[in-house]
Amino acid sequence: MNLLTDPITVSHYMVVGAVLFVVGLVCMGTKRNALGVLMGIELVLNGANINFIAFGSKYLRAETLGLDGQLIALFVIVLAAAEAAVALAIALNFYNNHSTIDVDRADDLKG
Amino acid sequence: MLLAAINWHSFFFLFFALLACGFAVGVLVSSNIVRMAFYLVMSLSATAGLFFLAGAEFVGAMQLMIYVGGTMVLLIFGVMLTARERFINMQTPGGQWVLAAAAGGLFFFILVVNAFQVPDWNTPNPGQDQLAIAESKTTTQIGAAFVGVRLDRPEADNATQRAGMSGYLLPFEIVSVHLLVVLIGAAYLARAKRRVDQPES
Repeated sequence: MNLLTDPITVSHYMVVGAVLFVVGLVCMGTKRNALGVLMGIELVLNGANINFIAFGSKYLRAETLGLDGQLIALFVIVLAAAEAAVALAIALNFYNNHSTIDVDRADDLKG
Repeated sequence: MLLAAINWHSFFFLFFALLACGFAVGVLVSSNIVRMAFYLVMSLSATAGLFFLAGAEFVGAMQLMIYVGGTMVLLIFGVMLTARERFINMQTPGGQWVLAAAAGGLFFFILVVNAFQVPDWNTPNPGQDQLAIAESKTTTQIGAAFVGVRLDRPEADNATQRAGMSGYLLPFEIVSVHLLVVLIGAAYLARAKRRVDQPES
């Protein structure tokens, strides 16, 4: 399989989406900075978006999702922006109250 | 001769895919929060390039404007507002890296194997050479679909379905209200407040 001369398919796009998804997931799990966790969430949503676009692309398949894939991707982008705004407000509030951004220190509810 | 054999669509796909994946891994391995924000900008921009290549030019433009323009400004403001010396570099313990790499690697392996299992997904579109990406012109159709009219699907089975079942007016309205709620909620949460542990004076 020569990547430079063969036409690309949906599977190639899915591999890119899988890389972004897994990297975002590991990012969410390992980062101690709350903003790093947020960046992991952005990567996960982006990986999912790539799959929607690939399945909706008439360039990659004859039978596609059509416009639905792109519309869902737009909703995901808008909701990701909303989520980032709220999560950032929560992170700033946490920083103001506790003077730290380390998620391991957020253990006020621990019994 | 070798140059003529190159499929330029595949070439640019590889270029943007490597940029997106490389910078995403950069976000993961870097422990400096400012560098992570920069790598994330580059990864999201490369993803917009992938969207353009797949023929979704409106979504690609929105990706650049909303994600790279809006979300990243938010994130970078967050980084700047919380950037004290001890929070710039936060190391993760080595044991967590091993655990995360094992779980992530296994999950990635499953995803990639499954991506190549379905024959319909990994056979190229036979008419790919006849399609020009620049001809897709989806902006009008997307705009009409958001107000409930599907210009791309006039051949629905029955007239009732054609009337508006396939439009996205209701989700569009829900998202609009959701954004308003989020705006008010974020402004309420992030407003400047007296710190809790400060003594009353």
